[in-house]
Amino acid sequence: MTSIALPTTTAPRAVTRATGESRLVRWTLIAMALAFLALTLVLPLALVFAQALSKGLPAYWEAIKEPDALSAAKLTLLIASIAVPLNLAFGVAAAWCITKFDFPGKHVLITLIDLPFAVSPVISGMIFVLLFGAHGWFGPWLLAHDIKIIFAVPGIVLATTFVTAPFVARELIPLMQEQGCEEEEAAIVLGAGGWQTFFRITLPNIKWGLLYGLILCNARAMGEFGAVSVVSGHIRGETNTLPLHVEILYNEYAFAASFAVASVLTLLALVTLALKSLVEWQQRRSSYHPADPEALPERIVA
Amino acid sequence: MSIEVRNLRKVFGDFVALDDVSLDVPGGELVALLGPSGSGKTTLLRIIAGLEPADRGSIHFHGEDATDQPVRERQVGFVFQHYALFRHMSVFENVAFGLRVRPRRVRPSAAEIRESVMSLLKLVQLDMLADRRPSELSGGQRQRVALARALAVKPKVLLLDEPFGALDAKVRKELRRWLRRLHEEVHVTSVFVTHDQEEALEVSDRVVIMNEGKVEQSGTPEEVYEQPATPFVYGFLGDVNLFHGRINEGRVKIGEGELEAPEWADARDQAGIAYVRTYDVELRRVRSGAFSLEAVVRQVRAFGAVVRLELDLVDGGGTIEAHIPRGRFDGLALGRGQTVYVSPTNVRVFAQ
Repeated sequence: MTSIALPTTTAPRAVTRATGESRLVRWTLIAMALAFLALTLVLPLALVFAQALSKGLPAYWEAIKEPDALSAAKLTLLIASIAVPLNLAFGVAAAWCITKFDFPGKHVLITLIDLPFAVSPVISGMIFVLLFGAHGWFGPWLLAHDIKIIFAVPGIVLATTFVTAPFVARELIPLMQEQGCEEEEAAIVLGAGGWQTFFRITLPNIKWGLLYGLILCNARAMGEFGAVSVVSGHIRGETNTLPLHVEILYNEYAFAASFAVASVLTLLALVTLALKSLVEWQQRRSSYHPADPEALPERIVA
Repeated sequence: MSIEVRNLRKVFGDFVALDDVSLDVPGGELVALLGPSGSGKTTLLRIIAGLEPADRGSIHFHGEDATDQPVRERQVGFVFQHYALFRHMSVFENVAFGLRVRPRRVRPSAAEIRESVMSLLKLVQLDMLADRRPSELSGGQRQRVALARALAVKPKVLLLDEPFGALDAKVRKELRRWLRRLHEEVHVTSVFVTHDQEEALEVSDRVVIMNEGKVEQSGTPEEVYEQPATPFVYGFLGDVNLFHGRINEGRVKIGEGELEAPEWADARDQAGIAYVRTYDVELRRVRSGAFSLEAVVRQVRAFGAVVRLELDLVDGGGTIEAHIPRGRFDGLALGRGQTVYVSPTNVRVFAQ
């Protein structure tokens, strides 16, 4: 090894070499990451569209505007439009309590918020069947009053809300913890009420984080399969959401149609990703300070 | 508007933040709460503001009980240590906030708000920067926005938590003088928290020295500095030397020497500490008088009008510091390693 270079000419390179890896290691790692990405993300994505369009554009269009598919799409939108606002309210309330107040049981609450992420979605669905199903705890009572929850829209809403509950809260808690409550205290001292403080101070400070959480929450609400599958009963045109519809078509060997519907969900995911990066960019921009404030010239106080 | 604090107690878990604190702030005065960190000064300020509830005791504004009054009704102005400016609002909107959130029937018109905000921004010399965001301001400018915002609601009392704590030394000094002048102009009863004794002594009408949740002494800057009531105050305000000795019938024996301490005429062979300010020592090249301790010069810092010397006491009493005028130092012609005799000119003795 005779790689001893003149220090005068290669001083800057020596610095990077001291902290970097050798070229071989670097390229191997990058190649591995790229291969993994291609195999698990790009290839399936391309395949979805390839399969969807395998019988031509007319067949694709036919599969999407078929009544059952349309009804599934409508149901999916309905579920998301109920579950997302519910989780908006829950997430903001939970994050507000956890970060702005001290109370006993706070850590239990933080752990509970993560519960839907920790259990399998199928189990989340089962919980609701056990509670509200015909043989569940509240089953007889619900039956007597002719209220349908399981194998009906309310059950799907419940399951979806449960599964997507952590997104908003988890996004907001670290953000609000970092911001502290001094600004809120300042507002209250200045005479602002609770709602004024929330809408004028807290909300503007968390808006990008909140939007980010909502986008993720919405994506999951529209795409949730496991929990919804358990409680929905797969009634075509009634309790079928888009992910369930994809599965049904697939099981019936209607591959092209199945992938056509799947491609709609995929497009939704891509839109979500685009929105997500836009919000992330905005978030960075709003917290970016144009210049080191301490470096600005200080006007002398005469 | 005067503030009376009566027997306040506040406990956080096992930590006693305030232990039976009483305090009077006469109307229109500028009072400093001075103490080391953990002395309870910020807690006291937050309880006066209503941001923290007290476990026991009461707060009165101008004789009226405000203990259970909600924060937003107390009409206090509070300047936070890190300013807590609303980061998504312009300087103008920050200052206008307190007026804008008022209920409609007592809210000034848009024109009135504009006028009073701009006049406040002129007062704090920031009218040119009304449209800036807080993130675009320097520390000192943010501090002044916070002050203008607090003053906008015409508070009965103004409370400032470490108002200059986060600023560099030069800006700090300027703002300090400026705050003093501002107070003379608006004359609102003000309380500020600081751990910087120089700041407290220079700015305030009255200093309240706190330690471990208790008020050690309160008085004018001259009083607390010249007549410290407790050993803590002595040690906290200014540089001081400690001499350990024994008190007996009005005399204190320290090493070889003996000092008069008439206030301890009744003491019988008690352990005591004599406090001597660094500038209250006389240095001589030869032994003289009833009390003079032999010492060796360890370190000399001879810049400015005052020369700072570190002296090692020969009889093992430790190291003391002496500040002597430049002229006197030149006359003594002292250098490192030389022997010198130390005689305190002003001593305060506390029993141990």
